[in-house]
Amino acid sequence: MSVNAIDVAFRAEWSQLVATLVRDLGDLALAEDVAQEAFVAASQRWHQDGIPRRPGAWLLTTARRKAIDKIRRDRRFEDRLPILAAQLDDVDDPADGPRQLADDQLALIFGCCHPALDVDAQVALTLRYIGGLSTAQIGRAFLVPEPTMAKRLVRAKRKIRSAGIPFAVPEGQVLDERIEAVCGVIYAIFTEGHASTDGVALMRGGLCDEALWLAETLASLVPDNGDVRGLTALCLLTDSRRAARTDEAGQPVLLADQDRSLWDRDKMDRGFRHLFASQTATARGAYQLRASLAAVHATAPTYEETEWAAIVRIYDTILASGPNPIVALNRAAAVVERDGPEAGLSEIDRSNVDGALDHYHYFHSARAEVLSRLERLDAAHAAYDKAIETCDNDAERTWLQERQALLSDAR
Amino acid sequence: MKYALLLYSDESKNPDYTTAEGAAEMEKWFLFSQELVEAGSMMAGEALSEVETATTIRVRDGKTITADGPFAETKESLGGFYIIDVENLDGAIEWALKIPNVGYGSVEIRPVMEFSDAP
Repeated sequence: MSVNAIDVAFRAEWSQLVATLVRDLGDLALAEDVAQEAFVAASQRWHQDGIPRRPGAWLLTTARRKAIDKIRRDRRFEDRLPILAAQLDDVDDPADGPRQLADDQLALIFGCCHPALDVDAQVALTLRYIGGLSTAQIGRAFLVPEPTMAKRLVRAKRKIRSAGIPFAVPEGQVLDERIEAVCGVIYAIFTEGHASTDGVALMRGGLCDEALWLAETLASLVPDNGDVRGLTALCLLTDSRRAARTDEAGQPVLLADQDRSLWDRDKMDRGFRHLFASQTATARGAYQLRASLAAVHATAPTYEETEWAAIVRIYDTILASGPNPIVALNRAAAVVERDGPEAGLSEIDRSNVDGALDHYHYFHSARAEVLSRLERLDAAHAAYDKAIETCDNDAERTWLQERQALLSDAR
Repeated sequence: MKYALLLYSDESKNPDYTTAEGAAEMEKWFLFSQELVEAGSMMAGEALSEVETATTIRVRDGKTITADGPFAETKESLGGFYIIDVENLDGAIEWALKIPNVGYGSVEIRPVMEFSDAP
C-alpha cells in the first residue's frame, strides 16, 4: 500500500473522525490523541493488508478502543466508558449515520471557530482539526516557528476545556452570527494564502486549497446559507485565476495582462453554481457581492470586453452600505476602464478621503498607471515612488520598480 | 458548569435609579434575576456599592497597607456579579446577553474553577 494512498485516506477521514470522537468523548485533546493513534495503527496495518473497505469505520473502531484503554488508565472521562463500549460492537450505530456525521462535523467547526477564541487561534484550530494540517504545516503557512504554533494550539485547547466552549451547532438567531464567524475564519485563511502582505512569495497556494476545501465542505453542510454560498463562490472564482496571476519568475501579472486560457474553468463552474445558489438567499451579503464582481471578470473573453458598467454598479451597491476608501478606489479603477483615464483619475483622487489611502500602495500604483496612460510621466514617476515606499510585499515592490523603470525609458 | 458573570460599567453612564426611567431600568434587573432563578441556574448574585466606597488592602513585609479606592482605576468598574450554573459557555453567553447593562457596560464571563474531590 503506497504511503500516498494512506495520505489520501487520512485527508478524507481525519476531520470526520475527530468530529465523531469529540461527540463521543466531549474533549478535543483526547479525541485528537486517539485519532492520531488510530492513524499510526492504520499506516502500519494498511501497509500490509491494504486499505479496508470502509476506512472510516476501521479508524473509528480503532480510535474508540484506544480511548477505552486511555480512560481505564486515566479516570477523568470515566462516565464515557459505557457509551464507548456499546458503540464498539456496532459500527452501524444510527448515531454514526450520515446526518449525525454532518452534525458532528459542523459542531467541530463551530467549536474551532468559537468567537470566545482569539481569531489566530480559530484559524489554527480550523486548519488543524478540520483541515488536518500538522502543526508544522500551519506554522510554515503563517511564517511562525512550529513551537510558537504548537503553543498557540495548546493554549486554545486549554481555553476550550476550561471555559467550557461547546462543540455543538448553535440554535436560533445565534446560528447566523456564528456562521458569519466561520465564514470570516475561512476567508482569512483564503486571503492569507492569496496575497501575503509581508511574505516573499506572493501566493501560498496551499492555504487557498485549504480554504476552498473548507468552504465547499461548509456549503455542503449548510446549503441554504447565502453567506456561505457567496463565500464559496468568491473563493472559487478568485482562485480560478491563480495560475495566471503570477509569471514564471513569481512576479504578479495584472488582470489586464493575464493569459485567460490559464484560468481554471472547473473552479469557475463550481463558483458559478454556488453564486447561483446564493441568489435564492434573501440578503445580498458582502461575499456574494464580491463573488459577483469575480463572476463578471470570469465571463469576460478579454480584459477590454469586461462589462465595466456592471462592475461599477456592483461597487455602488457595496458602497451603499457605508463608505470604504479601498472599495471606492476599486470602483474608481473600474471607472477608468468605463469612462477613460481622465475621468478615472479624479475618481481615484476622490477615493482618498482624508488621506485614508496615503499609506496604501495600491492607491499610489493605480494613480501611477493612470498618470502614465495620460502621459503625465513626471507625476507618474512620483506616484511610483510613493507606491514603492509604501509596499511591503517583496514581489510586488520589484514589479513596481520595473514599471517605474519602463516609464523612465519613455521619458 | 459554574460561571461568574462579572458586570462592569462606567458609573457615570449608569441609569439614575432615583428617576422614573431608572425605576424601569431597575425592574429589568429584578426580572432578569427572577428568570435566572426560575430556570434553576442562579447560584448567587449581588450588586456592589459605588467604586468610591471601595477599600483595598495589601500586606507587604508583614505591614498592612490600606488604600482608599479600587484595586485598579479603570473607566469601567466592577458593579456586581452573578454566579450561574449552565451547561457550557454558550449557555453562559445566552444569559450574559440578557443582562441589562450589556448594552452600556460589559459582562466578563469567567468559569468557576472546579476542584475534584479525589486526592
